[in-house]
Amino acid sequence: MSIDEFLNRSGCSWINADGPQSDIVLTSRIRLARNLKDHLYPILFSDEEAQAVLTKVEQVVANPSPGSPLQGMEMVRMSALEPLQKQVLVEKHLISPNLAEESPHGACLISENEEISIMINEEDHIRIQCITSGLQLEKALEKAFLVDDELEKHLDYAFHEVRGYLTSCPTNVGTGLRASVMMHLPGLVMTRQMNQILPSLNQLGITVRGIYGEGSEAIGNIFQISNQITLGKSEEDIVRDLTTIVEQIIEQERSAREQIKKTAGVQLEDRIFRSLGVLLHSRIIESKEAAQCISDVRLGIDLGFISEISPAILNELLILTQPGIIQQHAGKTLSPFERDVRRATLIRERIRM
Amino acid sequence: MICQECGIRKATVHFTKIINGEKTEYHLCEVCAQGKSDTFINTFHSPNLSLNNLLAGFFNVEPKYPEPFETRQMTRCANCGMTFEQFLEVGKFGCAHCYDAFHEKLTPVLKRIQGGNWKHNGKIPRRTGGALQLRKKIDILKETLQNLVAKEEFEKAAEVRDEIRMYEKILQEGGDADVH
Repeated sequence: MSIDEFLNRSGCSWINADGPQSDIVLTSRIRLARNLKDHLYPILFSDEEAQAVLTKVEQVVANPSPGSPLQGMEMVRMSALEPLQKQVLVEKHLISPNLAEESPHGACLISENEEISIMINEEDHIRIQCITSGLQLEKALEKAFLVDDELEKHLDYAFHEVRGYLTSCPTNVGTGLRASVMMHLPGLVMTRQMNQILPSLNQLGITVRGIYGEGSEAIGNIFQISNQITLGKSEEDIVRDLTTIVEQIIEQERSAREQIKKTAGVQLEDRIFRSLGVLLHSRIIESKEAAQCISDVRLGIDLGFISEISPAILNELLILTQPGIIQQHAGKTLSPFERDVRRATLIRERIRM
Repeated sequence: MICQECGIRKATVHFTKIINGEKTEYHLCEVCAQGKSDTFINTFHSPNLSLNNLLAGFFNVEPKYPEPFETRQMTRCANCGMTFEQFLEVGKFGCAHCYDAFHEKLTPVLKRIQGGNWKHNGKIPRRTGGALQLRKKIDILKETLQNLVAKEEFEKAAEVRDEIRMYEKILQEGGDADVH
C-alpha cells in the first residue's frame, strides 16, 4: 500500500493541518466524562455490571436518531483487538493508554473521520472526545455536546445539582471537561522561555505536558496545554479562558521565532537544513531523533527557509513515525531495530513527494 | 533570582507553602528542590508519582479537633460500601452515591483540588435536569424581581412575578418546560 493511501485510510481529520493557527496549533481536543447513575464506577464494578454498561450504550448507538452524530459508529471491545491495533488507536490519540492496557471491560466507538471517539468503561463509564484541527476548541466543544445530548436522551447520567457531573475522580467533577491544545513550540524551547512560562501557566490553573499525556517529556517541541479546573466554571468559560491563554502563547512563540531568525539566522538555517538532510538521507532513525528533525523542518517551512515541502508534513510524520503505526503499515510486528530502518524509509519516501 | 538554599544556581522552582495561614515562600534551583525532602516538591521528579498520591496529599490535613473514632468509621457509602478513608487512599469514588455520603467532608477537599470552587456552574442534562433548569430560572427571576421592586418599577415586577408563578406551577406539576 502506498503511504498516501495509507495516510488517507488512516482517517485522521486533523492530518491536513488546515485549521486556524495551524502553523503552531496542531489540534484542539475536548473530553467530557460521564457516568451512569445506577451503576458502580469502573473501579468497583463487577464483570456483569461492566457488561450491563456496555449493553446500555450499545443499544443507544445501535439505534441513532436521524442526523445523530452517533450514526455510523460501531462499538469495538478492547478484548476483541490485538495489542498492535490498540497501540495504533493510542498513537492516534483516539483512545487512552489506560483503556488499551488496563480496562478489561473497555470498549470504544470511533467516527469515520476519527473526529469523535467515545471510550466506555475507562476511568468513567463514558468519555466523549472530539478532536479538531488547529485552534478551534469551541467547535470541538459544540460537537462533543451534540454527542453528549444524544447519549443523554437515552441514558440516565449521574448528575448532582451542586456538584455537577459526578465523575470517578474528584479532579474531573462538575463539567467533566478537559480541553487540550497540542502546540508546536520550537521558538520558546530554543530561546529557553518555556521554563519561565510553565510556572505562570500552572498558577492560572493550566497544565502543560509532553505530547503523550501525563509525565512524559516534550518530544519534538510538542506540548499539550489543558485546563486543570473542571468545577465552578461553565464549559464555555473554561474553553474561552484556555483559548485566550493559547493565543498569548502563540504570540510569544511567533516573536521568539522572529528573534531567533534575527539573531541566529545562519545557525538556525544550518540546523534546519541539517535536520532536513537527516530526514532525506538516513537509513536508520530512532523516534526521538526523527521527532526533533521533523520539528526543525516544520520550523524551516514556517520561517520560509523551505518551500517545497507541505506544512502538513509535521502532522503526517508525527503519526507515521510512531512504533505502532509503522508496524501497522508493515503489516507485522517488528523489532526496535527493524522499526528504525522502516521509519527512515517511510520518512524518505514521504518527504521526497 | 539565586537559589536560597545553595546560593549558587539560578532558582527555577518557586512555590508557596501555607500551613494554618502561615505563608512561606521558597525559591530553589532544581538540584536543591530535588534534595529537599520535607516538602512535596520532591515528588516533581519522582517517576512513581501518581495522581492518587497527590490527592492523598491534598486530604492529608490534620483536623483542628480530631473526630472521635466511631464517627470516622460511620462515613461509608451505603450504596457501594466505600468508606471515606478508602476514597482518600485510592482517590476515586466507588459510585455516584459516594458524593452524597461524603458530602460534608467533600467541600473542603474539592475546594483544594478545584481552585477554591465547590459548586457546579456548567451544563445541566436536558432530560433529567429539567426541574433543575426550572429552579435555576426561577432563582434568576426572583433576583430580577427584587431589583425591580427596589427600583419601584412595579409594572415590570408584576410581569416577572407572574412568570415566576407560571414556572413554579410547572415545577409543582413535575413538568419539564423548555426554559432556554
